Amino acid sequence: MGFVTWLAKLDRRWIFLAMGLLVLGPLIRPLSLPLTVSRPVQGFVNAIDAVPHGSTVLMSCDYDPASIPEMVPMTRTAFRHLLSRDCRVVITCLWAGGSGLIDSVLTEGAREFPSKSYGQDWVNLGYKSGNEAVMVVMGQGIINAFPRDFRGNACETLPIMRSVRNYSSFPLLVNISAGYPGTKEWVQQVQARFHLPMVAGVTAVSAPEYYPYLQAGQLQGLLGGMAGAAEYETLVKAPGLATRGMDAQSLAHIFIALMILLGNLAALPQRSSGGKS
Amino acid sequence: MHLSTDLGVWIAALLTLGILSFLYKDNPAYKLCEHLFVGVSAGYYVVLNYFSVVKPNLLDKLFGPGPDYFLIVPLILGVLLFSRFFPKGDWLSRWSIALILGVYPALRITGFGQGDFVEQIHGSMLPLWVPGNPAATVNNWLLIGGLLATLIFFFFSKEHKGALGGTAKVGVYFLMVSFGASYGYTVMARISLLIGRVMFLLHDWLGVLHL
Repeated sequence: MGFVTWLAKLDRRWIFLAMGLLVLGPLIRPLSLPLTVSRPVQGFVNAIDAVPHGSTVLMSCDYDPASIPEMVPMTRTAFRHLLSRDCRVVITCLWAGGSGLIDSVLTEGAREFPSKSYGQDWVNLGYKSGNEAVMVVMGQGIINAFPRDFRGNACETLPIMRSVRNYSSFPLLVNISAGYPGTKEWVQQVQARFHLPMVAGVTAVSAPEYYPYLQAGQLQGLLGGMAGAAEYETLVKAPGLATRGMDAQSLAHIFIALMILLGNLAALPQRSSGGKS
Repeated sequence: MHLSTDLGVWIAALLTLGILSFLYKDNPAYKLCEHLFVGVSAGYYVVLNYFSVVKPNLLDKLFGPGPDYFLIVPLILGVLLFSRFFPKGDWLSRWSIALILGVYPALRITGFGQGDFVEQIHGSMLPLWVPGNPAATVNNWLLIGGLLATLIFFFFSKEHKGALGGTAKVGVYFLMVSFGASYGYTVMARISLLIGRVMFLLHDWLGVLHL
């Protein structure tokens, strides 16, 4: 009983401290805990691997700096994966705060492929306001919605855009999204209406919302949060930031599960006394 | 250890520590960081939206070479939205709001109808017997049973008693499982943010972590 009373009165700052140490420790000294690849992530990789070499793929990165730890590893790995398969990539962004960040991530990723050039093998069309309206306008013509790219070039002058008309020009849509507008809107406005095959990488907090799309075959693959990003990095043999963070993630989850059990144990006497009264 | 010499990194690191200091207790450093965040974010998004929305989509096309005078219509509709600040003329904003309310529900309803309503019903029409694959058979039974039980839980036209009440209770258990999954994913999202900040402090600021 003494332990339960002590637990009920424990200052929550000790829990914060323990959580901080559990995150800090594995980042400094990695534990290399095993990582199992789930079916949704395998589906994501299979969908990209099924795209014929030389195809032009649409990639929409809809997030801002608030979700860097989850979204950037996905963006980086998907972009590398596509370029390594000789795909050409057309990138768009529907979040005002994300266009600069996304451009820096893509530029850094493209440096690993010296033979790939901007405008020829990939282009960042930048941000466009309008949410679902932009998606619908893109269906009539990508250049109608994005007359200029992020760097101010007229899109019609870029070699990569010569073969791009509308959604029918792409065999796959890769969406990396942190909320609205994002995966849900791409499914509703583009996948369902234009029948464009689609995969998505989403924040963990929103991932459960997208499993029905995966089950119904509207999404061919799904990356959920940092774990999804880490599994993706493992599958394509390119460990990065997400893989590095997974030891800390796993320990933090075990700790929280333990705290939930102990918290319920500490609350038992209060509940039983409440029941009597 | 390679301490950063970048002023921006130092400012970001100190602001991160200031925000995290709230975990100990509320303090002036946290308040300063919080107010800075609110103020800088508001200013940043105003400027960002001016340069990425208003200027390229309206001003450049209206006042640049070969002006498109049709854009005066959205300009007026946009300006009318600000009439909400003036009680005597706030009715003027209804014209703009009416247009927004006309266009967006139409877009979203058609999208929802095609993407969610029809496709999700289609996705739940599964075979209850998959020859040679007992796991798929069990999964399909679980999905359809869970779907029906949950739908019955939200059926309020008859009191939840007897068979209806029992099925609704099963629906509650399915809902509980989905809430648990959502909670687990939410924890992962929040821990990811903490990991991101700790990585920033260790790698970009202190230089003790090599990625």
